[in-house]
Amino acid sequence: MSSAGVTAVPRGALGRRVGRRVTDWLPAAAVLVGGIALWEGLVRALDVQRFLLPAPSAIAETLWERRGPLFDAGIYTFTEAFGGFVIGCTLAVLAAIGLARFRRLARSLMPFAIAANAVPIIAFAPITNQWFGPLEKTSKMAIAAILVFFPVLVNTLRGLTSVRPSSIELMRSYASGEIQIFRRVRLPNALPYIFSALKVATVLAMIGAIVGEYFLSSQEALGFQIRNSAALFQFELAWAAIVVASVLGILFYASVALVERLTMGWHASARGE
Amino acid sequence: MSGAGSRARSRDGAAAVSIKGLSKRFQRGDVLALDTIDLDVHPGEFVSLIGPSGCGKSTLLRIIGDLIEPSEGTAQVNGKSAHQARMDRDYGIVFQDAVLYDWRNVTRNIGLPLEMAGWDKGRREERIREMVELVELAGFEKHHPWQLSGGMQQRVSIARALSFSPALLLMDEPFGALDEMTRERLNNELLQIWSETGSTVVFVTHSIAESVFLSTRVVVMSARPGRIAGIVEIDLPQPRGPETREHPLFAEHITQVRRLLREGHADEAIEGDTEVPLYVAEEGL
Repeated sequence: MSSAGVTAVPRGALGRRVGRRVTDWLPAAAVLVGGIALWEGLVRALDVQRFLLPAPSAIAETLWERRGPLFDAGIYTFTEAFGGFVIGCTLAVLAAIGLARFRRLARSLMPFAIAANAVPIIAFAPITNQWFGPLEKTSKMAIAAILVFFPVLVNTLRGLTSVRPSSIELMRSYASGEIQIFRRVRLPNALPYIFSALKVATVLAMIGAIVGEYFLSSQEALGFQIRNSAALFQFELAWAAIVVASVLGILFYASVALVERLTMGWHASARGE
Repeated sequence: MSGAGSRARSRDGAAAVSIKGLSKRFQRGDVLALDTIDLDVHPGEFVSLIGPSGCGKSTLLRIIGDLIEPSEGTAQVNGKSAHQARMDRDYGIVFQDAVLYDWRNVTRNIGLPLEMAGWDKGRREERIREMVELVELAGFEKHHPWQLSGGMQQRVSIARALSFSPALLLMDEPFGALDEMTRERLNNELLQIWSETGSTVVFVTHSIAESVFLSTRVVVMSARPGRIAGIVEIDLPQPRGPETREHPLFAEHITQVRRLLREGHADEAIEGDTEVPLYVAEEGL
């Protein structure tokens, strides 16, 4: 960085960027490691009973021993969450496109969609379980789909309609019709809104699938594992299953964030990321 | 100079813009925005519309562009209906905010109308290069709008409007949001572009000095309902430059425009008024 050479400037800038990345991550990593160490230390020092809180080392050990069945259960539950995510988000985006076209209909329906966001939809899980069969994956996909539907609908519609009037006028000055305006202005304008909703939807879909499984499900499911092992005082196993669920949830979220970055590099840099 | 000569000749031909008995009443609030406007703009002219906020000058510009329908009367562009002219992409438009799309870089923003008109890639790239040169943005082709200053954004917007060589350029307070120095520089550049392209310009502005400096004619409008209070022919020599502002006629024309504005009971609202224009409320977007 101290080099005076012309070529050293970009190299120095790159070095600084990578350096900043590392220093950005370092505090978070330190907190994670420190937190786990503190947890381990406290559990041992205070001799916490294991049904209250098992030590991280015990959870890790169980996770390793039972990795096969836990991984299968994770895949089973993730399939439900992902299925519900795809169904719910697809329907929501299509509905938003329809409502963006028929603004009057949107005005009469939107209050209900926004109100639905305030309803604890997960409470319907026992009912969807019965509708689609409690042992079937489809019942969990249904509750996950309903959970993700409303936030994605509301956000997408907002993105499609919050276009500056002059942007539309500009397109009309080029003799464009509604379809071209949609493709070249409304949709790109909505992408940041859609992606932030999709990221929230990954979390909601995982919650929907797992909580749906708590009520009643196949024994292959992760939610069943968590509930059952907790009921049988196998807390290490319950925690290990929770770790699997968390890792899957984070990977799900991160992969949507990655797609966002790949499709909308312009937006990420616009936000100065 | 050569541009001025051809302009004088073309005055005898068909009008670039012809407005007859045009009125506009907005349903919302039942406001009469424009009241029986008659105006002809000849090919190659640079005509400014000036008036207080709410005098309907932006509305008039949008009616010429067929972005708003008139309530009464007709607007014709190049001898066609305004609608047909829009469908034939006869005009380019520049707004107060540059209206660049964040997801497109400078090159692709300038090329947007060419894409819409179905130009093939090679022709498009060549024209974009010319346009980037014309508005002096070389080196910024790959930049995105938010990486540019306000003046540069407006240059991209002008390049985009000119990219498909429209005979008519509609400009709605294009420099209204810029600082004084940037504004004067872009005024000079705009005149240069105008003399190079020979296109007709209809220019909406709040600034008396700007209207006199740029125009061959200044159309002064009165406050709501918008009427034409008077038209000032600007006899300042072409080509114009920084010295034009020191020309004795410059001050004289400014006084003429100011007097007409005052007669329209409008002078107090001039300069820096940021009232939301009516058409935004009407669009309901």
